Amino acid sequence: MKNKINLKDYPDRSGHFDIFGGVYVSETLIHPLKELFSAYKSIATSASFRKILKAELRDYVGRPTPIYYAEALSKYLGKSHIYLKREDLNHTGAHKINNALGQALLAKKMGKTRIIAETGAGQHGVATATACARLNLKCVVYMGEQDIQRQSVNVYRMKLLGAEVVSVNSGTKTLKDALNEALRDWVTNVDDTHYIIGSVAGPHPYPMIVRDFQSVIGHEARAQFKRDYKCLPDYLIACVGGGSNAIGLFHPFLNDDVKIIGVEAGGSGIKTGKHAAPLSAGTPGVLHGNKTYIMEDKNGQIKNTHSISAGLDYPGVGPEHSWLKDLNRVEYTSVTDKEALDAFFTLTQKEGIIPALETAHALAYAFELAKKSKHKKLLINLSGRGDKDIDTIAKLKNIKL
Amino acid sequence: MTSRIPSIFRENAKKNKKTFISYLVCGDPSKNDTLTAMKIMADSGVDVIELGIPFTDPIADGPVIQKSIDRALKNNVSLKDVISVVEKFRKTNKKTAVVLMGYMNPVHKMGVEKFTKSINKNDIDGVLIVDSPPEESIDLNSSLKKYNKSHIYLASPTTTNQRMRSITQMSSGYVYYVTVKGITGSKLTDISTIKKNVAKIKKYSKNNIPVAVGFGIKDSKSAKQMSKFSDGIIIGSSIVELIHKHSNNKNVMKKNLTSYLSSISRAI
Repeated sequence: MKNKINLKDYPDRSGHFDIFGGVYVSETLIHPLKELFSAYKSIATSASFRKILKAELRDYVGRPTPIYYAEALSKYLGKSHIYLKREDLNHTGAHKINNALGQALLAKKMGKTRIIAETGAGQHGVATATACARLNLKCVVYMGEQDIQRQSVNVYRMKLLGAEVVSVNSGTKTLKDALNEALRDWVTNVDDTHYIIGSVAGPHPYPMIVRDFQSVIGHEARAQFKRDYKCLPDYLIACVGGGSNAIGLFHPFLNDDVKIIGVEAGGSGIKTGKHAAPLSAGTPGVLHGNKTYIMEDKNGQIKNTHSISAGLDYPGVGPEHSWLKDLNRVEYTSVTDKEALDAFFTLTQKEGIIPALETAHALAYAFELAKKSKHKKLLINLSGRGDKDIDTIAKLKNIKL
Repeated sequence: MTSRIPSIFRENAKKNKKTFISYLVCGDPSKNDTLTAMKIMADSGVDVIELGIPFTDPIADGPVIQKSIDRALKNNVSLKDVISVVEKFRKTNKKTAVVLMGYMNPVHKMGVEKFTKSINKNDIDGVLIVDSPPEESIDLNSSLKKYNKSHIYLASPTTTNQRMRSITQMSSGYVYYVTVKGITGSKLTDISTIKKNVAKIKKYSKNNIPVAVGFGIKDSKSAKQMSKFSDGIIIGSSIVELIHKHSNNKNVMKKNLTSYLSSISRAI
């Protein structure tokens, strides 16, 4: 790094992480985004709001989540040590609830009565529907038609929770198109509606707000590690789609002497072009309201992505990750569908924990690292549980449920 | 070449006429058809053509324009192609202004400098990038100014008074007032608020920039209504729909487009 900067001081006042981030939206959304920023600054940072959120996270979500030392697995892999931050034990089964609940509480305080969200794997949709049921808010979730088919259980969960699930048929019929449609809804209904973006993507202040609500993961992990092991981990490893679970774990450690690794979806392999790894194989561009690494063709059209996991199947990534990549503070890499699947089975069989397919990407990289290294402490964000993926796995194994 | 847009508005104002701005997506159903439609527009009273640059993720557009963009993308129409269509158009037309309208990423990919240079070289009059508000387009703005090209920005029902001041300051050509909170093709509501906001933009504008209104104008009746308190009106979705409806029968398309545009032109 050229100058010593406090990595936790970003985004800057205009919502940028150096050249990344910003507010690339049409004029109608500028004012609501500014309103959201001021509401966030005045409400969400107040002692009373924090107190309420903390109580909700403890009693309703089940925080703090433990750090579990996977001893059997560590021994099986070699001489390093695998630790899992158990976000899968949160209510609704993933880290997504940290942000959904925080933003729903904020929306309620702002006087909004209707919540919209986009979802890929359905985890953010379920978390948002849950928070809305808890806080008595109307909830509409946009989901790509293709994702609705591959995540039918989560679709039903959202409906049970009282949410309306809108099937999105435009474009590639996946997460990015659901995000487009949610933005179109928001621009039409901005007066009574708050849009809960599920990842650290979108226009400023979303990447900051989502990061802050997810940072509870890293803050807890840092304190737990210090308390239980009197040190910090050597490595942090998390999967990166939009990158909310990753930034949530990473952010509190940015100024520490800890190696940080983000793992993208390599799909069929980076060389095949069938992947969802913009940080590994993309270029900076503008998508969904911010400047960040994206997957685009030579004419600046957004490319189709491929991943076995719906939650990572996104051609962009949070702008803060793009910035951390260019600063060389975080190393971004990818693993293939197959490697992720292998890791899925390994964790399930060696530790009795079924991880989400998204999470399995981080695990796959960590397992290889554990085999190659000695006496290192690897902390992996176990961002979600894999129940939602059982259908996908069974289909791959030709098993009828 | 300096942008034609300021003088078009000036001349129309002298004749007590409002400026007619029409939108279409380049490359739907084909680049040749777009060129034909542009010529019809010019012959039917359109003063400024907003030519849409196809983009995979058009977040500000409603279903009609989204589908049109999808069809253009199936024809692999790129930003370079859009510029080349204008190049052809200019061989027979030096009078009608052309504005390229679209999203930031294709422009970013080409590079802002290369893009504006190409705008200048091909005698294009202005640019409107929907997802690049003033705070994210300082480079583009100064580059367009260097070539005396128009940089059109949007103002909307949610724009604060203070922003109206800065938007009018950075805009050249005209300010595009978005009549509704919503996407293209939305229904018009609450005419009095639109009227009030147009007046407000004019009040805050130091450079007396013309204000054109768009989103939701579908026929000569709504065009007339909107033209009473603005300097120009913009029609998009209805035209895109008409071109698509008759894409299999070019002669019917030409005839219907001509009569539709002429009726609007007469009304304003």
